[in-house]
Amino acid sequence: MAQGDYIQLHEKRYGKRLDHDERQRKRKAREVKKRSRVAQQAIGLKGKRIAKQNYKDKVQMKRTIAMHEESSTRRKVDDNVQDGAMPAYLLDRDPTTRAKVLSNTIKQKRKEKAGKWDVPLPKVRPVAEEEMFKVIRTGKRKTKQWKRMVTKVSFVGPSFTRKPPKYERFIRPTGLRFTKAHVTHPELKCTFNLDIIGVKKNPNGQMYTSLGVITKGTIIEVNVSELGLVTPAGKVVWGKYAQVTNNPENDGCINGVLLV
Amino acid sequence: MAVEEGRDASVMCLLTNPEGEPLGAPLYLPQNIGPPQLQEIVNKLLDNEEKLPYAFYISDQELAVQLGSYLETKKVSVEKVLRIVYQPQAIFRIRPVNRCSATIAGHTEAVLSVSFSPDGKNLASGSGDTTVRLWDLNTQTPLFTCTGHKNWVLCIGWSPDGKHLVSGSKSGELISWDPQTGKQLGSPLTGHKKWITAISWEPVHLQAPSRRFVSASKDGDARIWDISLKKCVISLTGHTLAVTCVKWGGDGHIYTGSQDCTIKVWETTQGKLIRELKGHGHWVNSLALSTEYVLRTGAYDHTGKTYSSPEEMKEAALARYNKMRGNAPERLVSGSDDFTMFLWEPALNKNHKARLTGHQQLVNHVYFSPDGQWLASASFDKSVKLWNGITGAFVATFRGHVGPVYQISWSADSRLLLSGSKDSTLKVWDIRTHKLKQDLPGHADEVFSVDWSPDGEKVVSGGKDRVLKLWMN
Repeated sequence: MAQGDYIQLHEKRYGKRLDHDERQRKRKAREVKKRSRVAQQAIGLKGKRIAKQNYKDKVQMKRTIAMHEESSTRRKVDDNVQDGAMPAYLLDRDPTTRAKVLSNTIKQKRKEKAGKWDVPLPKVRPVAEEEMFKVIRTGKRKTKQWKRMVTKVSFVGPSFTRKPPKYERFIRPTGLRFTKAHVTHPELKCTFNLDIIGVKKNPNGQMYTSLGVITKGTIIEVNVSELGLVTPAGKVVWGKYAQVTNNPENDGCINGVLLV
Repeated sequence: MAVEEGRDASVMCLLTNPEGEPLGAPLYLPQNIGPPQLQEIVNKLLDNEEKLPYAFYISDQELAVQLGSYLETKKVSVEKVLRIVYQPQAIFRIRPVNRCSATIAGHTEAVLSVSFSPDGKNLASGSGDTTVRLWDLNTQTPLFTCTGHKNWVLCIGWSPDGKHLVSGSKSGELISWDPQTGKQLGSPLTGHKKWITAISWEPVHLQAPSRRFVSASKDGDARIWDISLKKCVISLTGHTLAVTCVKWGGDGHIYTGSQDCTIKVWETTQGKLIRELKGHGHWVNSLALSTEYVLRTGAYDHTGKTYSSPEEMKEAALARYNKMRGNAPERLVSGSDDFTMFLWEPALNKNHKARLTGHQQLVNHVYFSPDGQWLASASFDKSVKLWNGITGAFVATFRGHVGPVYQISWSADSRLLLSGSKDSTLKVWDIRTHKLKQDLPGHADEVFSVDWSPDGEKVVSGGKDRVLKLWMN
């Protein structure tokens, strides 16, 4: 007989202890405290592992709670007059996919001409050149110091080919190149993962704009064709500007808000 | 030599009407004749007192040149009998609209439905701000604001004699209004448990003055109401899901299309189910009748004649209806979420006459042209398709919209088609050339509803940007 089955066999023959359920309940109740003590005391790799697991559990729990709450709050109220009236032929269709607003490309064009931006982040921390670039020493004796490596996230167009190393003054590391950004539409309150078309303006300087460096506060142009925005003349809007709101080099992703 | 030339230069032709019935025996026609001469021949053969315009089609393609050059370009054998289909055209011509003549603000929420009265003199709109508004077309200003609904006004319907206006709301009640004063007539008609999806009036040639109308609702019922008794006369139950569309046919049957994929035909004295038309694989979104335009406008035609008594009106409407229908049965077309349409002849049998495929997204709206020769369908695949209204054969696709096409409307002479789309534009299409005639941008947001007035002068459109736009030429 397998070693572990003796307990089961015993339980089968003589039944469980009379206070078995009670003991189980108490053990379960103490379990939390025990786990927290272990988590607090554990150090090193073990501690890390436990912390990671706990974090994961917590996120999962929060997500489940949020889901439950949503399903109970998102109840259709028929008796009140709601905003966003729709004709009868659209009432049964899924309204969440109909994310769309007025587009005002004219406003955007005007802004572009003036060169001034009424943006969500009006001021940004100036980034020094030493922070932006890392000096790379080249030459046989590593004495030359004319080469720079960009230490921030950058956008590099699809048609870019590197120059020969002799002429390449700025290196944009492939690990820090991004092609997509998470852009939030401020009125719809929903976020889309959109392709970046280009860097419109980096507030730290023209050179960074032309290099395609993306730091916090940079205006980027994103491809919004899949959102289905239309101009007053009935054409699909293709590109729209967005401002970066996070520090992409720290976070590993680009978050931004659409400028409408 | 001369004799031979003479023989070469003629071709055996058979003139037929759109239903395929020949007009007299086949006859030899010289090859140098074109549509104007053919028109004279047809007018002569039909003994028409006044000359009517006709268009000529050979194997579904319009004949625009002389017979001889047609035969040459198409390489048609001269030994066979050439079948030429003649189609009567409207004797009046409606000019395409090309400018926005007025933008009337007033509604404080999206405009969900707009409709001209059958005589084209009044205009009503229903909106998400729970009001129905009547507009003065001469001064292009608001006339009356009808408050009374508790929720969005989803659909409105003019009685074919123009004396009543009925509106249905999202909370399921119907209110009838007097278009002359803008006052509510009686208390709201309640009975439906969910929102109203469509309203259709009894044709005026069956009863004048108009009393009864039918409403369809999300709760799966259609109800016949009597406006003078102010109550529900018959409840048509049987659909298991929401009824999306209802039409009151010219022979006194009611057709309902539902989300349970069926179309039901009801008889109107006792509300019995006569037929069930099955075939669709998904929701039925829209129904259209070949005689719909005549039923809608009742006794009013392009001449702008007015009638003093209901009996006179009834007679005139019956004459118009019979002329329009001819001796063929009424045809019904249904557009569905399964991307297809079916052409039915519900009076003859319960199987479909044709299946119309080609759309790549759901079909939201179908509409027969006023003369019944054409059939247009608006789809979410951003296109409008034109079909032969008698056989159901595909004719043309109108592309140009960049968003789903919501609604379409015909001009009274069947030569132009109007479409309103989510991309905030209206477009006018030419049926003859299959081309875009006019692009009408101007709305700031989705266009939910369009209507071309029966007299052809104006077009109205309403949408999410809360304004009503009037378009003229």
